[in-house]
Amino acid sequence: MATKSPIEDPKLDPMIDPRTGEFAVIAPGHNFKSVTQKIAGIVLTSNTPLGWFAGLTFAGGVACLVVVALTWLFLKGVGIWGVTIPGAWGFAIINFVWWIGIGHAGTLISAILLLFKQTWRNSINRFAEAMTIFAVVCAGMFPLIHVGRPWVSYWLFPYPNTMNVWPQFRSPLAWDVFAVSTYATISVVFWYVGMIPDFGTLRDRATMPLAKYFYGLLSLGWRGSTRHWIRYETASLLLAGLSTPLVLSVHTVISFDFAVAAMAGWHTTIFPPYFVAGAVYSGFAMVITLAIPIRKFYHLEDLITLRHLDNMAKVMLATGSIVAYGYGMEVFMAWYSASHWEFFMMWNRMFGPMGWAYWILILTNLAIPLTTLWSRKLRVNVLYLFLLSFVINTGMWFERFVIVVTSLYRDYLPSSWGTYRATRWDYMTFVGTWGLFTFLFLLFVRFLPMIPMSEIRMMLPQSKVRPPGGSDAETVIEETV
Amino acid sequence: MPPREGIYGLLAEFNTPGELVHATEQAHQAGYRRMECYTPYPVEEAAVALRFHKTRVPLVCLLGGLLGVTTAFLMETWIAVWSYPLNIAGRPLFSWPAFIIPAYEWTILFSGLSAAFGMLALNGLPQLYHPVFNAANFRNGATTDKFFLCLEAADPKFSAGETRAFLEQFAAVSVVEVDH
Repeated sequence: MATKSPIEDPKLDPMIDPRTGEFAVIAPGHNFKSVTQKIAGIVLTSNTPLGWFAGLTFAGGVACLVVVALTWLFLKGVGIWGVTIPGAWGFAIINFVWWIGIGHAGTLISAILLLFKQTWRNSINRFAEAMTIFAVVCAGMFPLIHVGRPWVSYWLFPYPNTMNVWPQFRSPLAWDVFAVSTYATISVVFWYVGMIPDFGTLRDRATMPLAKYFYGLLSLGWRGSTRHWIRYETASLLLAGLSTPLVLSVHTVISFDFAVAAMAGWHTTIFPPYFVAGAVYSGFAMVITLAIPIRKFYHLEDLITLRHLDNMAKVMLATGSIVAYGYGMEVFMAWYSASHWEFFMMWNRMFGPMGWAYWILILTNLAIPLTTLWSRKLRVNVLYLFLLSFVINTGMWFERFVIVVTSLYRDYLPSSWGTYRATRWDYMTFVGTWGLFTFLFLLFVRFLPMIPMSEIRMMLPQSKVRPPGGSDAETVIEETV
Repeated sequence: MPPREGIYGLLAEFNTPGELVHATEQAHQAGYRRMECYTPYPVEEAAVALRFHKTRVPLVCLLGGLLGVTTAFLMETWIAVWSYPLNIAGRPLFSWPAFIIPAYEWTILFSGLSAAFGMLALNGLPQLYHPVFNAANFRNGATTDKFFLCLEAADPKFSAGETRAFLEQFAAVSVVEVDH
C-alpha cells in the first residue's frame, strides 16, 4: 500500500500505523486472551445491557406491524395493496430487490474479500454475514406473499405431486426460486461453519450450564485439531469460491426478472452488472449502519476501527461509481437506441408525474455520496458515514421504485396508463420488515459471537510461527500492516 | 478401533505456536506418528510438521457440484420435454439456455453443501466426546490462547515414561496424561 501522509500526528494517535499512515486494523496491545475475553464476554455475560432490552422491545414492536399487515393480507388478498393494472408490481418487488441487495455485501465481505486475502474483513465478516441472512429473511417474505396464495407457494419448487404440474423453467421467476433458495441455504451454511470454532470457545468459557450445553451442541465437539483446521480452512475457501459466483448470479437473476421482460426501461443488458454493483453499494451502507452503533455500544472501537470504515467507504465509492455509470448508460441508450418507447420512458421517468422519485434517487444515490466520499476526512468521520449510509439506502430503495413503477404505469398503450399509489398496508409491511431485521440482528449480537474470534487471533502478530527463543521485537510492526 | 480404556496419550501445553511446531517437528523426527496438534486458530506450520498435506474436501466438493449440475439439468429437461411439455411462445421444448441458470444454482448448492458437510464428515464431527477434553488445562486453553501437542498411546513408539521425558525437554507449560 502506498505511503500517505497521515492526517493526524501518528505519535499522538496509537491507532495510526506510523509506517503507512493508515489506521490499524486492530488496536495495539491485544493478545489471544484479551480478544477472546472481549468478544466472548458480550455473549457470555450474565449482565445484559439494558439498552439491548430496550432495542429488542422497540424492534419487536415494529416487527409486529408485519404480523398485522400479513394477517390482513391473508384475510383479504393482495387487493389491499396499491398494485393495479398496469402497475402490477409494487412495493413487494421493490422491497424484495432492496432487501436482497442489502444482503449481498455480507457475502462479498465473507467470500470475495477472503479470496483476495483482505484480512481487515475478519472483524466485520461475521455480522455482515448475519446481516445477509436476516436481509434474505426479509426479502424472501415478499415474493411469497406476492404470489397471492402464499399457502401454496411451495408449488414454486419442483416436487412430484398428484396434479402432475411442474415449474416452467423458461421463466425468470422460476430461476429466482432457485437463485434465492440456494443463496439463503449457502449463506446459512457458510455462516454456521464459520461459527463452529467460536462455539467451541464459548462452550469452554461458559459458566452457566445451559450455555455450556447449547454452545457445546452447536460446536459439534470442535477441539481445534490441526487436521480438522486444515480441512476446515479448505472448506471455507471452497465455500468462499462458490459464494462469489453465487452472489453475482443471484442479483443477475433478479435483474433478469426485469431484463427478460419486453418493457421499455427494463429490457437492457446493462441490468445484471449494475444491479450487482447497486446491491453491494446498498449492502455496504447497511454494514456501516449496523457497525457504527455496535462498535459504540459494545466499545469495539479497537476491533472495528476507522480503517474498516474507511475501506468500506472506498468500496461504496467504487460501486457507487459503477451504479452512476449504469444510470448514465440508461439515459444514453434511451437516446442512442432511437426507440420511441425508450425515449418516452426516460423522459417520463425524469419529468413525468413521478419525476420527483428519479431526482431523489440521483440526489441520494449519486450527488451526495459520490461527491463527498472522495474526502478521507469524511470517510473516517463516524457520524457522517452513519448518516450517509441512510442516505444511500434511501437512494437504493428509490432506484428500485423508479425501475419498477415508472416503466409499468405508463406502458406502450396510452389508454391503459394509470398510476401507482402505495397503501398503508404496503407501508406497514415495509416498515415492519425493518423491525424484523433489527429484532433478529439484536438477538444475534446477544447470543452468537458477532466477531469471529479465531480469525481475529490469526491477525495478531503473535499468531505467527517463529522458532522458539527468537526475538520478535521488530516483527510486531511489520506484521500488523 | 483403539482401546477405549486406559491412557489415551500425553498432552503437552505450549504458550506459543512456534514452540508447538518445534516440538511437533522433533516428535516426528523421533519417530512418533500418531499425534495431533490442537490450536485456537489454524496453524499451517503445525500441519506441515504433522506431514498432513492432503484433504479430500475438494474432491467431495467437486463430486457434489457434478451431481448438482447433472441433477438439475436432467430434471429440467425431463420436466420440460417429457413430463409437462408447455408451449411457451413457440419456443422449443428443450430450451437448454434457459435451463442453465437453475442448473448453475444447483451446482453451487450441491457443491457448497458437500464442502461443508463433507468437511464435517471427514473430521468425524459431530463428536461431542473426545479424550483430550478430560484434561482440565485443555478446555481452559485450547480454544483460547494455548497450543497443545498430544502424542497418542496408540503409537508403537509410545511409552509413558520415555514419551514424557521426550516432551519435557521442550518449553512445555505442562505435560499431562489423558485418559480415555
